[in-house]
Amino acid sequence: MNEPTHADAQARAGIPARLVEAIVAFLIFALGGLVVYDSHRLGSSWAADGPESGYFPFYVGLLLCISSAIILVRAIARPVMRGELFVTWGPLKLVLTVLVPAIVYVLAVQFVGLYVASAVYITVFMMWLGRYSALRSALVGFGVCASLFVMFEIWFKVPLFKGELDPLSFLGY
Amino acid sequence: MVELSALFQGFSVVLTPFNMLLMMIGIVLGVIIGVLPGLGGANGVAILLPLTFAMPPTSAIIMLSCIYWGALFGGAITSVLFNIPGEPWSVATTFDGYPMAQQGRAGEALTAAFTSSFVGAFVAVVMITFLAPMVAKFALRFGPPEFFSVYLLTFCSFIGMGKGSPWKTLASMMLGFALAAVGMDTVTGQLRLIFGFTELMRGFDFLIAVIGLFGIGEILLSMEEGLSFSGKTARINPKVVLETWATLPRYWLTSLRSCLIGCWMGITPGGATPASFMSYGVAKRMSRDGAKFGTGQIEGVVAPETAAHAAGTSALLPMLALGIPGSPTAAVLLGGLLIWGLQPGPLLFVEKQDFVWGLIASMYLGNVAGLLVVLTCVPLFAAILRIPFSIIAPVIVVICAIGAYTVHNAMLDIWLMLLFGVVGYVFKKLDYPLAPLVLALVLGDRAEDSFRQAMLISQGDLSVFFSNALVGSITALALVMLVWPLVSRAIARVRAGTPEIAT
Repeated sequence: MNEPTHADAQARAGIPARLVEAIVAFLIFALGGLVVYDSHRLGSSWAADGPESGYFPFYVGLLLCISSAIILVRAIARPVMRGELFVTWGPLKLVLTVLVPAIVYVLAVQFVGLYVASAVYITVFMMWLGRYSALRSALVGFGVCASLFVMFEIWFKVPLFKGELDPLSFLGY
Repeated sequence: MVELSALFQGFSVVLTPFNMLLMMIGIVLGVIIGVLPGLGGANGVAILLPLTFAMPPTSAIIMLSCIYWGALFGGAITSVLFNIPGEPWSVATTFDGYPMAQQGRAGEALTAAFTSSFVGAFVAVVMITFLAPMVAKFALRFGPPEFFSVYLLTFCSFIGMGKGSPWKTLASMMLGFALAAVGMDTVTGQLRLIFGFTELMRGFDFLIAVIGLFGIGEILLSMEEGLSFSGKTARINPKVVLETWATLPRYWLTSLRSCLIGCWMGITPGGATPASFMSYGVAKRMSRDGAKFGTGQIEGVVAPETAAHAAGTSALLPMLALGIPGSPTAAVLLGGLLIWGLQPGPLLFVEKQDFVWGLIASMYLGNVAGLLVVLTCVPLFAAILRIPFSIIAPVIVVICAIGAYTVHNAMLDIWLMLLFGVVGYVFKKLDYPLAPLVLALVLGDRAEDSFRQAMLISQGDLSVFFSNALVGSITALALVMLVWPLVSRAIARVRAGTPEIAT
C-alpha cells in the first residue's frame, strides 16, 4: 500500500519554487545594492559640467533593489507558491547531465582550444548519454570539428581560440 | 509614390547573384535554426553575426534578416509534425496543427501555416514600406528628450503589457540596464561597475547574453522536459497545396484580423509570441467553429501563424525608423548595424537609402523564397529533428561557444555565455521575461545618453519631458502604459467588489 504513495512523493519531491524565487530575488537585490554603491562612489548627482557617471545607474540600481525586494517579500509572505516545485529531482538530474559536461567543456576550451575540446566533448557526450559506439562517436566529433575548422579558419578566415596549450599549432593556423 | 521608386531601387540592390545566394543560404540556415531546439531567431542571428563582419552591410543584413524569416517559417514545422514548438511564437500553432497531423492532414496544416505566415509577413512588409519612411521623417525632428520618451514608452509598455508579474519585468529590465552600464562611461570616460576587473572594461556584450540566455538556457529547458521526438511524417505534394490554397480564402476575415493584431503587437514591443496567442484567442471567440478549436481546425493554424509573422516582421519597423527594436531578434539586427558602422535611427533613411531599401526589398523576396523553400523541403527539415538529442545537444553547445567567442575573440565571453545560460534557465522557470533584459542591454547606453543630453538641455529639470506637445504626449502615454495593470486591476476589483458589498 505504501509503495505507490512513496514513489509518488518521490516523483513530486524537488526544490521548492519559493526557495529559488527568494534566492534569485535576494541575488538581484544584492546586485542592485552593488550598483547603487558603485554609482554613489562615482558620484550620482550633478557636477559642474552636467550629470556625473553614476547619475543614471544609481536609479537603475535603486529600481533593482525595490523590485527584487517586493518579489522577495511576496515569495516569503504569499502562500500562492507554497507546494509548487521549481524542478523535481529527476529532471534536475537531466539538466545537470547537460550543464556539468558543458562546464567541463568550457574549462577544456581554456586549455586545449575550441577544436580539440569540441571534438572530445561531442564524442564523450555521444558515448556516455547516447550510448553510441566509440568509433561512431569519434567520427561525428571529428567530422563536426573538421568542418568547423574549414569553415572558420579557411573559408571565413575567422581564427577561433586554440587554447593556452595550443595543441593544433602544427597545422600552422 | 516616392516609396515605390525607392523600393525598386532596393530590388536592384538585392537582385545580384551574390545577394540572392546569401538570401537562399540565410533562409535555409534560418529554417534549420528554427527547427532545432535551443537555436532560435535571436541567438541564431547572434551566432552568425560575426561571420558577416567582412561583408558589405547590405549583403550582411539581407542574409541575417533571411535567417530570421527562415526561423519564423521553421517554427511551424516542428509544431505541426512533432507537437514541439521550435520557437515560442509557434506554441499556439500546435493547438490545432498537431491534431491535424494526427488525423493525417499534416500536409494541409503545413501548407496553411506556411501560406498564412507568408500573408502575415507580406502585409507587414507592405506596411513597413509605406509607414517606416513616414515615421522616420517625423522622427527627424526628435531631440534627446523625445528620444528618451520613446525609449521610456518602449520599456513602460513592457511592464504594463507583460503577462507576468510587473516587478519581475522591471527587475529583468533593470538588470539589462545595469549590465549595459558596466564598462567605460561614454561621456566622462570613467570606469563603472567593474570593481577592479579589467576584463569587464569592455562591458557585457548583448550578443553573449542572447546566445547564453536563449541558446544554452533553451537546451537546459528542453533537456528537463526530456525530449523524445516522435513525429508525424509529412508529404506535401502540389495537389495538397493547391487544394489547401483553394480553401484558405474562406478565412480572409481571420487572416485580416490576425494581420492587424500582429502588426500592432510587432510595432509596440509586444512581440510575436503574445501576438500569436492573442490572435488564436480572438479567432476562437469570433469564429463560427470556435468550439471546435483545438481539434484540428485549419482556422486555428491560420490565426496564430499569420499574427506571429506579421508581428515578427513589423518588429523591424521601429528598429529601422527609430533605432528601437521591437523584439530580441530585431535588437540583434540593430546590434549588427552598429557593428557594421551604421547609426540606427531616422537618419538611416536619408543617408543609407541603398541599405534601407535593399533590406525592405529583401523582405519581399525573402518571404517568397522562404515560402518556396519550406513548401518543397519539409521532409528534409523534419529529418533534422530525428537526429538524436545526444548528438544535437553537444553540437549546439559547441556552436554557441564558437558564436560567443567570435564576437570579441575573448575566452571570458564563453564563460559569461555559460553563466547567462544558467540565468536564462532559472529566469524562464521563474517567469522572469527575457526580452526586456535583452532590449535594455542593447538600448541601455543609448537610452542613458539621450537621458543625460536631455538633462543637460534642461539643467537637470525633469519637466523637459513635458516641455512641448510632442514629448509631453509620448511621456504621458508611457506613464499610462506603465500604470495600466494597476488601472485595469482596480477596475476589475471595483467590478468584482460591488456585488460583495451589496450582499
